[in-house]
Amino acid sequence: MFEKWFPNVDIADLNTAIYETFYMTILSLIGTFIIGIILGLLLYLTSKGKLWENKVVYGIVAAIVNIFRAIPFIILILLLFPFTDFIVGTIRGPEAALPALIIGSAPFYARLVEIALKEVDNGVVEAAKAMGAKNSTIMFKVLLKESMPALVSGLTVTAIALIGSTAVAGVIGAGGLGDFAYFYGFQRRQFDVVFICTLLIVIVVFVFQFIGDLISNKLDKR
Amino acid sequence: MITIKNLSKIYRTKKQNITAVDELNLTIESGEIFGVIGYSGAGKSTFVRLLNRLEEPTAGEIIINGKDIVKQRKNELRLARQEIGMIFQHFNLLWSRTVHQNIAFPLEIAGVPKQERKEKVDRLIELVGLKGRENAYPSQLSGGQKQRVGIARALANDPKVLLCDEATSALDPETTDSILDLIVDINKRLGLTIVLITHEMNVIRKICHRVAVMDTGKVVEEGDAAHVFQDPQQAITKRFVQQLDGSEQYNSLSAAVVKEGTGTIVKLSFSGENVNQTVVSQTAKQFDVDINILQGSVLQTQTGAVGNLFLQLVGNESEVEKALDFIRGANVKAEVQELV
Repeated sequence: MFEKWFPNVDIADLNTAIYETFYMTILSLIGTFIIGIILGLLLYLTSKGKLWENKVVYGIVAAIVNIFRAIPFIILILLLFPFTDFIVGTIRGPEAALPALIIGSAPFYARLVEIALKEVDNGVVEAAKAMGAKNSTIMFKVLLKESMPALVSGLTVTAIALIGSTAVAGVIGAGGLGDFAYFYGFQRRQFDVVFICTLLIVIVVFVFQFIGDLISNKLDKR
Repeated sequence: MITIKNLSKIYRTKKQNITAVDELNLTIESGEIFGVIGYSGAGKSTFVRLLNRLEEPTAGEIIINGKDIVKQRKNELRLARQEIGMIFQHFNLLWSRTVHQNIAFPLEIAGVPKQERKEKVDRLIELVGLKGRENAYPSQLSGGQKQRVGIARALANDPKVLLCDEATSALDPETTDSILDLIVDINKRLGLTIVLITHEMNVIRKICHRVAVMDTGKVVEEGDAAHVFQDPQQAITKRFVQQLDGSEQYNSLSAAVVKEGTGTIVKLSFSGENVNQTVVSQTAKQFDVDINILQGSVLQTQTGAVGNLFLQLVGNESEVEKALDFIRGANVKAEVQELV
């Protein structure tokens, strides 16, 4: 049945491609989450009227975020070649895609984090201050905790954008389903390979969305 | 307990300076419920937020428990704040935490160990009457219940002072009453000093011992709640007092009310302290006079009854005279009115 519909698909290669896609998506998602939260918190806390109000820091962080969001992903990979080579020691394979994936999506997620934090009621922050809370307590136990559903749904959106980016990274030899579809499918004119890769990516996206919604709803007690 | 000297808060913008609190002086005694009333924009909310420095004062001193809050550094201020509870108009609960976890939050901040935290929260839940709702989230509670959580949370670290920023303004009248009862109960049981901000005279009447009336950043009138009610000096205070009885009509009597001109018309003025609450019925029992209540309005406040009552006393002259003496002996001012 499978061989009749997809005569050119090598199951072992396909499995490797799926594994690589997951590998790139999940690792870069973790990196994006950490850097995005830090940048998002910085953007929020240094903005006007907040705990660390500071025009200069806000300006610098906002500029960095905007610059990296403005660079198209495919160009970002090329730009980062020297950096990647230095950090990872190679410019090929799934590991080599990670720096570009993280640097490309962390600023995007940072903006989503900033928006999520802005949604936290200022009154609650004030109540915590009135209780004598430290800034760190306010950050971790009030701001991040109260905005958790929005942080998770933002991460879901970012994850799906990341899956797309991993496919683009595939084109320059990072591996994964994008790589597989381009080299084995498109270049060899085996369109069943392109088709199965598309199908799988769509399924992966659905799975991420489903899990993200589930967690976000579970956390949301409003 | 709380001494405030020359407290000012000026908001500086590029175009102008706005003085929200203007050279304010106040002394609040230990264990009293002190009300601050004013219209929106009078500076009362800014004032209460200055007390725990949610707003930074521009000038002045705030001495709470012998310590000047204004001079304290960040860390000292944090510790001082743990001894000042605060409740808010919109409750400001953490929606991601249950009732129990919300009340435990200030204890976590103060570093209270887990076991002790649990015991304390259980006691507080009992105190504010939320037993059985420990594991509910704020979104599952009514407004009154949310404010009860707010109160329990404010009391968690055994504060000496409780600040109430329009604590009942978002609640319906019935719920307001139950929350006010709770505040009075806490005040009596724990001997807490309570500073309460409101725009509702009703709240002041029901629970405050003393009151300050604020207008454009200044205290324009201050004194015993009952006294201010009975004898308001400033126009703005009079307006607030009118909120309660609708108008000033009860302070004078129109001749039209008394159709049959027999007997003596007397105006009784209740002024608060040590008023014999049953003076009218006792007079009727002890003296051979008929009493006809013409009109009046008497309000119960924390420190006694306040208001005027117009009576028509019918009987022979000496008996009426004796009755009036009896009434005066009960600390109630009685003036015989001439009918026009």
